[in-house]
Amino acid sequence: MVSFARGFCRLKFTKAPWSFEVHCSVGSELFVRHKQISAFTSVVRCHGEYSKLLSCYSLLTHGQRRHNSEIPEVDRVKKDPRYDRTLRDARFSKLSNQDLVEFKKIVGDSSVLTEAFELEAANRDWLGKYVGTSQALLRPRTTQQVSEILSYCNTRRLAVVPQGGNTGLVGGSVPVFDEVILSLGAMDNIISFDEGNGILVCEAGCILEKLDSFLAEKGYMMPLDFGAKGSCQIGGNISTNAGGIHLLRYGSLRANILGLEIVLANGQVIDSLRSLRKDNTGYDMKQIFIGAEGTLGVVTKVSILTPARLSSRNVVFLGCKYFTDCQRALKEARSNLGEILSAFEFLDRKALDMVLSHSDGLRDPLPDSKHSFYLLVETTGSCFNHDREKLDNFLEICMDKGVVADGVVAQDNQQFRSFWQLREGITEALSKAGAVYKYDLSIPVPYMYNIVENLQHRLGDLAVVMGYGHLGDGNLHLNISAPRYDSKIFSLIEPFVYEWTASHKGSVSAEHGLGFMKADAIYYSKSPEMVQWMTRFKQMFDCNGILNPYKVLPGSSFKEGSRYRNVSNSS
Amino acid sequence: MKILVSVKRVIDYAVKIRVKPDKTGVETANVKMSMNPFCEIALEEALRVKESGAASEVVIVSMGNEKCTEVLRTGLAMGADRGIHVATERPLYPLAVAKLLQALVRKEEPGLLLLGKQAIDDDCNQTGQMVAGFLNWPQGTFASKVKVDKSENCVHVEREIDGGLESLRLQLPAVITTDLRLNQPRYATLPNIMKAKKKPIAKVTPEELQVEITEDFDILEVVEPDKRKAGVMLSSVDELLDKLKNEAHVL
Ligand SMILES: Cc1cc2nc3c(=O)[nH]c(=O)nc-3n(C[C@H](O)[C@H](O)[C@H](O)COP(=O)(O)OP(=O)(O)OC[C@H]3O[C@@H](n4cnc5c(N)ncnc54)[C@H](O)[C@@H]3O)c2cc1C
Repeated sequence: MVSFARGFCRLKFTKAPWSFEVHCSVGSELFVRHKQISAFTSVVRCHGEYSKLLSCYSLLTHGQRRHNSEIPEVDRVKKDPRYDRTLRDARFSKLSNQDLVEFKKIVGDSSVLTEAFELEAANRDWLGKYVGTSQALLRPRTTQQVSEILSYCNTRRLAVVPQGGNTGLVGGSVPVFDEVILSLGAMDNIISFDEGNGILVCEAGCILEKLDSFLAEKGYMMPLDFGAKGSCQIGGNISTNAGGIHLLRYGSLRANILGLEIVLANGQVIDSLRSLRKDNTGYDMKQIFIGAEGTLGVVTKVSILTPARLSSRNVVFLGCKYFTDCQRALKEARSNLGEILSAFEFLDRKALDMVLSHSDGLRDPLPDSKHSFYLLVETTGSCFNHDREKLDNFLEICMDKGVVADGVVAQDNQQFRSFWQLREGITEALSKAGAVYKYDLSIPVPYMYNIVENLQHRLGDLAVVMGYGHLGDGNLHLNISAPRYDSKIFSLIEPFVYEWTASHKGSVSAEHGLGFMKADAIYYSKSPEMVQWMTRFKQMFDCNGILNPYKVLPGSSFKEGSRYRNVSNSS
Repeated sequence: MKILVSVKRVIDYAVKIRVKPDKTGVETANVKMSMNPFCEIALEEALRVKESGAASEVVIVSMGNEKCTEVLRTGLAMGADRGIHVATERPLYPLAVAKLLQALVRKEEPGLLLLGKQAIDDDCNQTGQMVAGFLNWPQGTFASKVKVDKSENCVHVEREIDGGLESLRLQLPAVITTDLRLNQPRYATLPNIMKAKKKPIAKVTPEELQVEITEDFDILEVVEPDKRKAGVMLSSVDELLDKLKNEAHVL
């Protein structure tokens, strides 16, 4: 039972509005951390009834409340002109009171949320850029309930948006209009873990970081990791085929997902929840749902292969003068660090300035010299001495050849974290800085940074253009930060960024997906024939189109293929 | 003036500690070890005193098995001038460490001995005080500010005490132990890491220092703290408010 001991009490908010943790601690926190023991006496998790919790939270923190609803509303067309070109699909019904009654029969009264304040955060995406007007949010607890909900919505022609942790960056996880929000957050049970083979089976709503902490106890880790780990869900990760900082080492989710349980739009449950490394019986059905962004089915359960958690880790933060030096360092890392290399990230000076100016407690690791580029290199292995020797050798070569100008080596886990925060904190810093236009591009590494320089040139003083990302995977996060959303800035960025990327044989979405933001941009990376086949898949799995409409595939208003052809002609 | 800083190799602050099944101690095999954070702060302060011109050399010392040279290398990479490794395989407790430090001070004759206020593994918080006693030197413990005054041959130390600050003036030579808020230690830069490889680490044994290590106590048992109680799901906010009011008494 809950025993609230004397001492202070802390309420922690996770990103989704209906999930809170109340921590009550006995001693002072500092003491607790120093002792390496967790003296928390209890954790209380509570769902629903957002407003009451908020008032209780503000009581606890003496009136300092912080939550999403304080972000002022801005014209959504200004934030993304695609809203202007998108009309609500008239085939979809409007939600009626009877629908709510039926939903309540399926999931119970407390799992159907309809109050505006309860829906507020779920209607708005992580960036505060995409805002919908859904009237109902459902929180099923079982696959059976998901199936019944979808079957009902399909019959009634009610559009549905599946939602995980709502950390997606392309406006895919929130309703465009009044789609019913199907939240997977209450399906967060771990089903089994095979300790010998590292195979984890769990429900789709499990939060990535919680799975990783669970695995840590068993000597394993999740094969993917990135800044949103504390809020995003494994079902959302699979649906966006999320990449992250360790893809370089452990490969894409496509290789690590062994099985999925999917509920189709008509309520049918497709169970491929196997735990086999090899299975070549027929077509690999699960692959089509990985990265489908909730448009083909709802992921309800997952079987995933997890690597062993190795104890020897090193993190270095390096400064480089030119982007070509970053590439040379990558080559040296590949040949000198070999199998222990586990991350190779880069950021430019503007990105570093951005994170330093918007995050408390972070400092420039190389305060005495300013560099144009920074690299974060991580090694993971099983033997400290072996890894350290390799790392020292790599660093010595880089210094001798003049590939890196300066650098620091983390000496303890605290420093590991500080260096990683510099890289992982950029996304959040950008969202605090004002309006942000985000592009997640795959570009052959040799000319990856040219687009950043090009845009800096185009935009001049109007905005700050920066680049960072997963250099080891050829993945650039191109970000443009401006004081506010502005159509002039937008017209200088798009379609230029997409055209440039297409003409350099890149991809307009490396890992974030297309969502609502980039659905029309698909032709820059995929041929009309391929998009046609995708449309057929969509029709086959979801004949009424109720699952996550207006996302991934281009709208019918769009002239098929025209842009793609233009681009191929001009290059 | 020379500054002597002691640095201890401990299980990394961020590692989750596991107690050995036989309860004789904690698991250290395959566990990340680092410099004790308070020692790191002491070393940072010594480097700052040197950079301010009030000291000419920073010498670091670590005691224990061969692996101690790792933290000495870290310290040298941060900027210390040379290292001393007091090599022994025997377990060392504060009294023995204080005696060894006393012997080293006699040999090295530093004007200032800087230590962390405690090591995060045993949390003893005794060594600085004991060595000051052996040396009969003035001591400023839990320092949150240090300022050496060369002309007066003294050091000003600020200490955080309950509800305020205490300012001390100590005649040199003196012993200072450092608290968390004294400074933020620097990172080890690549050029300094390279340079550190060439810096000398001298090895001495307790015998050479004529210190006899005796175990003045036995550790009977090491056990884990009570397990954190599992969370409970409450059915309504009213129930939560009720608990916060009536059980936690925080509302
Ligand atoms: C700070 C930050 C850093 C990030 N870094 C990276 C990174 O390094 N690499 C990377 O790849 N991405 C990154 N992302 C974006 C990434 O795509 C998402 O964070 C994550 O994978 C989405 O998970 P989620 O649970 O939040 O899904 P949501 O945002 O809720 O949903 C994403 C999409 O998946 C669908 N969906 C969600 N759950 C399900 C389900 N169970 N079944 C079917 N469809 C579902 C939604 O409809 C939506 O289209 C980052 C985001 C943030 C905020």
